Amino acid sequence: MKILSLLPGIILLLAVYAGPAAAQGPTPSVDEVNAIAKNLYCPVCANVPLDACGTAACAQWRQQISDLLIAGHSEQQIYDYFVQQYGPGVLATPPPGGLNWLIYLLPPAVVLLGAALVWRSLAAWRKKKPRSKPATTGENKYSKMIEDELKARR
Amino acid sequence: MAEKEVGQTSIWGRLLAWAVLLGLLGLVAIQLGRSQRGMLTRGEPAPSFTLTTFEGTEIGSEDMMGKVVLVNFWASWCKPCEQEAEALQTAWEQYEGRDDVLFLGVDYVDTEKEALAYLERWDITYPNGPDLGTQIYYAFRARGVPETFIINKLGEIAFVKIGPFQGLEELTAVVDRLLEP
Repeated sequence: MKILSLLPGIILLLAVYAGPAAAQGPTPSVDEVNAIAKNLYCPVCANVPLDACGTAACAQWRQQISDLLIAGHSEQQIYDYFVQQYGPGVLATPPPGGLNWLIYLLPPAVVLLGAALVWRSLAAWRKKKPRSKPATTGENKYSKMIEDELKARR
Repeated sequence: MAEKEVGQTSIWGRLLAWAVLLGLLGLVAIQLGRSQRGMLTRGEPAPSFTLTTFEGTEIGSEDMMGKVVLVNFWASWCKPCEQEAEALQTAWEQYEGRDDVLFLGVDYVDTEKEALAYLERWDITYPNGPDLGTQIYYAFRARGVPETFIINKLGEIAFVKIGPFQGLEELTAVVDRLLEP
């Protein structure tokens, strides 16, 4: 009976403690943070992905990712946040659009063009008949002179 | 006839290939030119920009017109920035009452929580805001932090400081000179 009378108080206490926790996600692991960080580049550390960067700036960025994950942001929302804050240059994979299309279109185009050139050259070589070199009059003349000279020496 | 057509196609193909190649080379040249321009130097017109402060106030070109504007690039993770933080704030307190001087702190590649903590730690009261999209940094063609650009009343770059100011005198000497009639 005594326990029953304490029940509303216990429920209230649990609700107070559980309230903020329910609004936030669990603390993400380092691997979870790094899974996102590896797709981001901090402008301070050129060519070093965020998950491998050891500077204070990068540590803050990783903490920011962790905070956003706790706040319930999705992976895409986190990328969007970083682009808004620091510009599209932070993304490891540039978003398609504008001149960025060149990055996506140019390599396959070059490969296709190269393949077409190789195919065309091979086709041309196959078609080409082996040419017998016609002997020129001059060559005949010199051959005859050499042969005559050799005969004379024998 | 067929040979002539094949020949014409070949010429157009070559022309197209050359056009594409030249176009790409042009793009590379433009990008290289941009990256090799170096920093803004004295006498160049200052780039126009709008800074949205951490409090949400927008400060644009109209607010800077006819004023000596000090633009300081900093970050909370930047240790050398701490060396000049006090001098910047002390200088601002000297000029705060004037309507022809404006100090702006541009927070480069930083997280808001740490940036606000930094401002609080150094009691910085002049307008500060994040460089959203790192646009202001690139507009000034800055190379790192701390870097300070002082713009004269005509809107031209009058002074560039790479690294921290060595003291209050160094800073105020420049601003005072620019305020002279």
